[in-house]
Amino acid sequence: MSKVYIALQDNEESHYIVEAIEEDNPDATVIYQPAMIRIENEGFLAVKRETVEEKMGRDWEVQALHVNLITLGGNVDETDDALTLTWNQ
Amino acid sequence: MTATKLNLKDRYRLLTRDLDWEYSYQNRKDVFPMEEFEGIKITDWSKWEDPFRLTMDAYWKYQAEKEKKLYAIFDAFAQNNGQQNVKDARYVNAIKLFLTGVSPLEYQAYNGFAHVGRQFGGVGARVACQMQSLDELRHVQTQIHAMSHYNKHFDGFQDFAHMHDRVWYLSVPKSFFDDARSAGPFEFMVAIGFSFEYVLTNLLFVPFMSGAAYNGDMATVTFGFSAQSDEARHMTLGLEIIKFLLEQHPDNVPIVQRWINKWFWRGTRMLALVSMMMDYMLPNRVMSWKEAWEVYFEEAGGALFKDLARYGIEMPAYAGTAIAEKEHLSHQTWSIFYNYTHAAAFHTWMPDEREMDWLSEKYPNTFDKYYRPRFEHWREMERAGERFYNPTLPMLCQTCQIPMGFTEMNDPTLVSYRQSVYKGERFNFCSDGCKDIFDHEPEKYVQSWLPVHQIYQGNCGGADVETVLKDYYKMNLGVDNMDYRGSPDEQRWKQWHNLQSAEDKLKKAS
Repeated sequence: MSKVYIALQDNEESHYIVEAIEEDNPDATVIYQPAMIRIENEGFLAVKRETVEEKMGRDWEVQALHVNLITLGGNVDETDDALTLTWNQ
Repeated sequence: MTATKLNLKDRYRLLTRDLDWEYSYQNRKDVFPMEEFEGIKITDWSKWEDPFRLTMDAYWKYQAEKEKKLYAIFDAFAQNNGQQNVKDARYVNAIKLFLTGVSPLEYQAYNGFAHVGRQFGGVGARVACQMQSLDELRHVQTQIHAMSHYNKHFDGFQDFAHMHDRVWYLSVPKSFFDDARSAGPFEFMVAIGFSFEYVLTNLLFVPFMSGAAYNGDMATVTFGFSAQSDEARHMTLGLEIIKFLLEQHPDNVPIVQRWINKWFWRGTRMLALVSMMMDYMLPNRVMSWKEAWEVYFEEAGGALFKDLARYGIEMPAYAGTAIAEKEHLSHQTWSIFYNYTHAAAFHTWMPDEREMDWLSEKYPNTFDKYYRPRFEHWREMERAGERFYNPTLPMLCQTCQIPMGFTEMNDPTLVSYRQSVYKGERFNFCSDGCKDIFDHEPEKYVQSWLPVHQIYQGNCGGADVETVLKDYYKMNLGVDNMDYRGSPDEQRWKQWHNLQSAEDKLKKAS
């Protein structure tokens, strides 16, 4: 299975998002690089609204992810509740 | 009863798909006249999916937020004399290359997506292209804005748009986009949306921008990441169009594969510029070009092509050559620019000892064997007061327009030459990839505007190189060009930081 990945700007808001991703995707690898945080995982990764809201302590829309997003790899599906990345192979 | 908020899927359907209408008194083929000539077969546009389901209202909301964050940082950078906090002034030369070589491509992308966004019969594709077109316009504006601050303190930025249309090395990225924009709408999408955005732009906007941060350039890293956050959407659009085309009709598969082969190769050639920016122009280095290539092409691109294999799509032709080139590309490209720095609007230099050691460590198979001896020789010449500039004009590849300086991968001491004869005329290429592209569409590439040919034909305003540089390119000679050592950029940098060169100290002592 190939790795999907997402990279976020290294800032306050992203730290909560990364915390949420780590909780929802326990096997994911988090890599800190200058000014950015890259998270990768075998085949699948989810960013869930509910978990991010819990970490931030406020409402958060999945589309707000774009403000801190740098790049991603994988087939994307975005709903009101989550953004998921998958590779079929 | 309180009105409940529509979910994302319904909002997207209502605000995108429902904006379309049936054509009752116009022939559909007249409305979308470019949809068929490339041979692509579309049976059902409604199968198009935008995975982000982004509607215009949400688009404006989040883009506005990105802009506010970005401009807050531009302001802070300017107010705090951010230009003095970059690691050293050599770094700024990478930014000169960015403004003259890359930012005008954002403008070309804006034009291109506005054009194809009009040509597609499906409303989902049209809306996605419209947003991407606006994104690209935002990118060129924010980039010019960010770099205008550097223009106040460093040379070589002043005439970037004029130079982009004329200067020999800028004709490499310019002709790349001219090629894509003069293709049909589906080829443009595979060229820019997929091959360039999905497979290759990460290499420019992620590790290089992370490197900009590491070298204290707050303005560049911020516009870079802000642009790339849109690119994440563009990459997804590129992947969707590929999947859509492949699912629509099996006849599309070989056409798409040929475009992937072509545009992957065109893209890797253009990224030669980025390879030297990463390995030679960042004083503080984050990762080598080779490492970046492994993460963003071999690993991420490999995953992508494995995923597309179910449609019958294979890795791009010449991916093997491009992978072998990761060991050589940046060194050979830097050598070309070192040779021709008198004709460039930015400075080059020989790496210092510590930098050479880093290159040896990152390129254990090639740097010490092929490149270090050459660079040490050039450094010796420079110390003897004979800094090497190549006085001849180079032969250019008819397709990628890069001087013929790349070598065979099985013999890095032998320059790679390929030729084709078309209608009795001989054309030259740097590689099998570039020759194949020409051989498939010779009528297109015989028209290439090759800067060296144009100079020799007398179309660039002067009979000698100096006149061409000064009058036609509008370079400030002795200021914008030549080695970094001894440049006005270097002198100013030393004044700001109260540094004295060893040479000045000697002069004062005597």
